[in-house]
Amino acid sequence: MKEASPSKAYALHLGVIVLLFALSFVLPEYHHGLLARIMVLAVFAMGYNMLFGYVGLLSLGHAMFFSAGLYGAGLAVIHLGWSVPAAFAAGLACGALLALVIGVLALRTSGVAFMIVTMMFAQVFYLIILYLAAWTGGDQGLVVPQSARVLVLGDTSLGLTNPTVRYMSALVLFSIVLLVTLAVVRSRYGRVLVAIRENEERTKMLGYDSFSNKLAAVVVSGTICAASGAAYALLFGYVGSTFASVQYSILPLLWVLLGGAATTLGPLIGTLFMYYVVDVTSGYTSAYLLIVGIALIALVLFFPKGILGTIRQRWLGWLP
Amino acid sequence: MHFGPHLLLAALEGLVTAAVLALTALGLSLVFGVMRVVNVAHGEFFMLGAVLAWAISTAISGHPALGFLAALVLAPLIVSLIALVSERLVLRRLNYNPEATIVATIGMLYIIQQLALTFYGPEARPVEPPFSYRILLPWFGYSGYKLSIIAASALLLAATWFVLTRTKIGLVMRATRYDSETAQAFGIPVDRVYAGVFALGAMLAAVAAVLIVPISQAHYLMGQDPLLLSFIVVIIGGLGSLRGTLVAAVLIGLSDGIISVFFSPTLAKIIATLLVAMVLVFRPQGLFGTASR
Repeated sequence: MKEASPSKAYALHLGVIVLLFALSFVLPEYHHGLLARIMVLAVFAMGYNMLFGYVGLLSLGHAMFFSAGLYGAGLAVIHLGWSVPAAFAAGLACGALLALVIGVLALRTSGVAFMIVTMMFAQVFYLIILYLAAWTGGDQGLVVPQSARVLVLGDTSLGLTNPTVRYMSALVLFSIVLLVTLAVVRSRYGRVLVAIRENEERTKMLGYDSFSNKLAAVVVSGTICAASGAAYALLFGYVGSTFASVQYSILPLLWVLLGGAATTLGPLIGTLFMYYVVDVTSGYTSAYLLIVGIALIALVLFFPKGILGTIRQRWLGWLP
Repeated sequence: MHFGPHLLLAALEGLVTAAVLALTALGLSLVFGVMRVVNVAHGEFFMLGAVLAWAISTAISGHPALGFLAALVLAPLIVSLIALVSERLVLRRLNYNPEATIVATIGMLYIIQQLALTFYGPEARPVEPPFSYRILLPWFGYSGYKLSIIAASALLLAATWFVLTRTKIGLVMRATRYDSETAQAFGIPVDRVYAGVFALGAMLAAVAAVLIVPISQAHYLMGQDPLLLSFIVVIIGGLGSLRGTLVAAVLIGLSDGIISVFFSPTLAKIIATLLVAMVLVFRPQGLFGTASR
């Protein structure tokens, strides 16, 4: 990997953010709503990428962190009547705490065992949601009432059901997470993570504590995913157990692989691409799982580096 | 009913679960043990077995036993053929790289599930049991078919054990598993062994599904539960250990049967999954496994 000049990388990312901002004025209503959703879910993919792409830990349990944020924020609004910012913070706290506990336990294992352990913890989380149906609504899920989804800032109150407010909130969250990711992966700490991915033993020998670095990565990753979940609950008003199921652990993996693992913009491109593929094909066929399946196999067979990863390898070595 | 009979019933149900689970998990364990591939699509091979059993048994008229027997022979063969083709087309080209094969088998899972939904439909459909004889125990009558599942499973497990430990095929498989490069150097066609093991694993899952389908039902989503439970069994038993797989299957089957009778089934699953996750965290090689190489 060539050394990236910082100004070039930051200019590219700011350019993407400005482009997304500009798009909000020209997009037709349907795509406007879809893009808001894609931005929120791209945050989920970015959180996943932090662990999978940069540390090389394949987790199949990230739906648990997403739904920790989703339920943390949603239940705080529904049962406790908390305001939007407080509920968002509650979602983040749930995700961070859960990530810390799961990280301490799961990081004792590695490789395939790590994958299976995370999948099992996620399954336990999913079953607990079903078991506590009295509070969580079980497999029906819960709808966050519109009246609760109002962001009060000083004298102005912004209804999160308003498409413009929703789009802008999603964009703000997306931008913050994108820039944070960029800063993290370019920092000394980010380099240590990549070093662990490439050769854990050698990194240890150089005097780095690989366990605590990995644990920190799990917590950062889990918190970002929880932010995505909390935003989803507050912006789209639905809290449901499907988001905790295994499919939602697999989807971010798919998005990241498609866009390019260990690239900062890959998760956005992957999510965008997959959503539009599904959107277009669902006009012709209802067999969207077939497309997802074929896409996964084709990706690992012919395109293991993903869209942005291939572009970086062939043409733009400076991409972060 | 009193506590004793209740417990006996729960134990019998648990043994039936254990019998089916042992077969499914054995397939998963063989594939992982020999090929180092985590086959996430294993549950879908199970589902395919059940769905094909329904298709075959409804296509054949006459006594239900006739259709069932045909299904018991044909469905596993078709499933192993499908597995063979997907192994050649996908897994081999990935050089059995562990992470890539996980993603690829997730892809297979989606493809098989969608195809089943498209061609078979979302309904759950029953298959008639080959015979409906009830064995009278002192407190209640128990389905003879269910008992025959246990017997059939025990027979198949014994046969697999015999093949693995007492025949040339088993020796070749063990050699490949122990060190595939050296095995290759000694003239073992590692490639074909892998293909055969993958097909065999899928076949075991399909046999288990055909056996269970008369007492549950065929449904396109039925692969998820056995997949997770098989993972649990394989891990608790220790990867690649036949004895461990068997002991763990009986343990999980019995405890699942008994806890579900006396407590909520969801709670039973939560506890079981959590316990297994903890076993894996603190004893990654499983109860009977040897330290991983």
